[in-house]
Amino acid sequence: MAATAHDLSNAPSVITLTGVNKWFGQFHVLSDINLDVKEGEKIVICGPSGSGKSTLIRCINRLEEHQAGDIVVDGVTLSNDVKNIEAIRREVGMVFQSFNLFPHLTILENLTLAPIWVKKMPKREAEEIAMSLLKRVRIPEQALKYPGQLSGGQQQRVAIARALCMRPKIMLFDEPTSALDPEMVKEVLDVMVELAREGMTMLCVTHEMGFARAVADRVIFMDMGEIVEQNEPEEFFANPRNERTKLFLGQILHH
Amino acid sequence: MTDALPVGERRQLAPPIDETGPFGWARKRLFSSWANGITTVVLLVAIGWILSWFIDWAVLTANFTASTGSECRGGGACWALIREKYRLIFFGTFPYEQQWRPLFAVVAMLAMLIFSADRRMWNWRLLVIWGVGSFITFLLMFGQLHIPLSLFLFVALVVGGIGLAMRKAIAAPGEMNAYRVLAAIGAIGLVLRLVGVLPAWSLPIAPFSYVETSLWGGIPVTLILATYGLVFAFPYGILLALGRRSQLPLIKGLCVGFIELIRGVPLISLLIMASVMLPLFLPSGVTFDKFLRAQVAVILFAGAYIAEIIRGGLQSLPKGQFEAADAMGLNYVQKTTLIVLPQALRVVIPPLINTFIGFFKDTSLVLIIGIFDFLNTANQALVDPNWAGFPGEVYLFAAFVYFCFCYSMSRYSKYLEVELNKGTRR
Repeated sequence: MAATAHDLSNAPSVITLTGVNKWFGQFHVLSDINLDVKEGEKIVICGPSGSGKSTLIRCINRLEEHQAGDIVVDGVTLSNDVKNIEAIRREVGMVFQSFNLFPHLTILENLTLAPIWVKKMPKREAEEIAMSLLKRVRIPEQALKYPGQLSGGQQQRVAIARALCMRPKIMLFDEPTSALDPEMVKEVLDVMVELAREGMTMLCVTHEMGFARAVADRVIFMDMGEIVEQNEPEEFFANPRNERTKLFLGQILHH
Repeated sequence: MTDALPVGERRQLAPPIDETGPFGWARKRLFSSWANGITTVVLLVAIGWILSWFIDWAVLTANFTASTGSECRGGGACWALIREKYRLIFFGTFPYEQQWRPLFAVVAMLAMLIFSADRRMWNWRLLVIWGVGSFITFLLMFGQLHIPLSLFLFVALVVGGIGLAMRKAIAAPGEMNAYRVLAAIGAIGLVLRLVGVLPAWSLPIAPFSYVETSLWGGIPVTLILATYGLVFAFPYGILLALGRRSQLPLIKGLCVGFIELIRGVPLISLLIMASVMLPLFLPSGVTFDKFLRAQVAVILFAGAYIAEIIRGGLQSLPKGQFEAADAMGLNYVQKTTLIVLPQALRVVIPPLINTFIGFFKDTSLVLIIGIFDFLNTANQALVDPNWAGFPGEVYLFAAFVYFCFCYSMSRYSKYLEVELNKGTRR
């Protein structure tokens, strides 16, 4: 597909996971994950619920702690050192399934909070950036409203703009359209596609296979805490090799 | 209907007539059935009968002018007693000719409270209001204040420290340097003072005669105990609540231990410990004012209760709020002050004000250790043999004054809920 046909083989790695393992109590949620993400690469991660895909991307910005293996983000190795964690979080934006906007702050305040407090940016500059991003996600007129007054799709677009305000190198999407009413999915996906076209490095946990076909460089299928199969989208959907992948694709693409 | 409407518009009908207007309302709410109608009539008659009896006793046959208790007997309420004793009830044993001072102290405190109720004041102005208000209040009550050098240094350290911690991101050029200088002066000065290099100098401000706390009484005592009790207990409670949710076992353990210990004993026993037992443990020669000890006991006690209420608010926040703040790279202090507390405190306004009201009234327990709060001075008014036999009037009056304060707090709570949730309701 034209949009994905750029060559990434010479691009530097921005995220490297080596032998990552994680347990929730006795439950082995991630087993021996190895993953190398190039700069500008778009990866879609899919898999049945409970397969560890959300946990995997949440490990990258330390919302979850991995217990074995190495995670290197933009040259910084993730450890218990708060300095490292904060450095990584500054470079990595995240969008959640349930938006997680701050309900007591206006849309504009939601967007300017991190630039002002984390990046120490002057308020006026932060507001200018925030407004330009709100224009980009096509809701500048909502800037002074509160999150509760917006529709789900608008809230999720605000959440994307909020993450972009920090000028991140990498964006993580954790099922960004799963909590949305069907008629709002498209407006969010449109923003994400646009972002992908601009060259952002993206890791998306999603079941929107149309989105995967349109922008992904690689689709990863996870099951039971393992990366079962990964391939370019065309090949992935046309010729899944693993039985589990076939089963999963058969289930979600049955119409 | 032949005329088609444009797409996206629709015809709306007016609501049915019978639910609107006073008659419709009364029929629906008061007389919707025979049983409801009878209940309404019976209750109205009962309320009317009680009210007419009360008005007859409290106003029509009441005595407002008698000069002794015996003149008062036989009729309705003896409000002359209140007229005779109101200075004692309001100001206790404060020197009689000086009682304008507690009066103005109360005015200053009420002004301070009313100003801080306004949400537009919730910034640096609040510090100024409380600084000036407290200074006036205590200057009037004590008559003389000797402000020690160490207090100035401490204030400089605190102001500088808060500025350094909170204003870093949004400071104007040069502003941070001012905080650094302030904090440095405060810290170095305090160390020098402790070592003994700086003398025990204090700034004397002495416009009036000195009145010690054992002579204070009445409304100012109740107001000071409740206001400063809650003002200090509130941040303290927040810290306890945050500590109780801490990942660090030692901090968590200390906070849990403290909260459970304090909640496990009655306030009275804490007051008695503060007034009787604490002096036994202190080295001889070291004394704390009894009033101050009661104040500290109230703060500790209220803090534990406030902490548990705030913990409820903290727990009501969805996990996603913490995660979003983390993912954005906010540190613990920023996350707590910008995201967590503003939301958590909003949720707990009703139970918080409920506790505030409870503690406002609970301050009357200090009468156990011989401090003359408002209820206690009202009690004193009954002691006079010339005016014996009218406890009802005095307690009703005291109840009325307490009610005015508590009802204001209750209304303020309502206002605050609406004000803080403007636009944020889903």
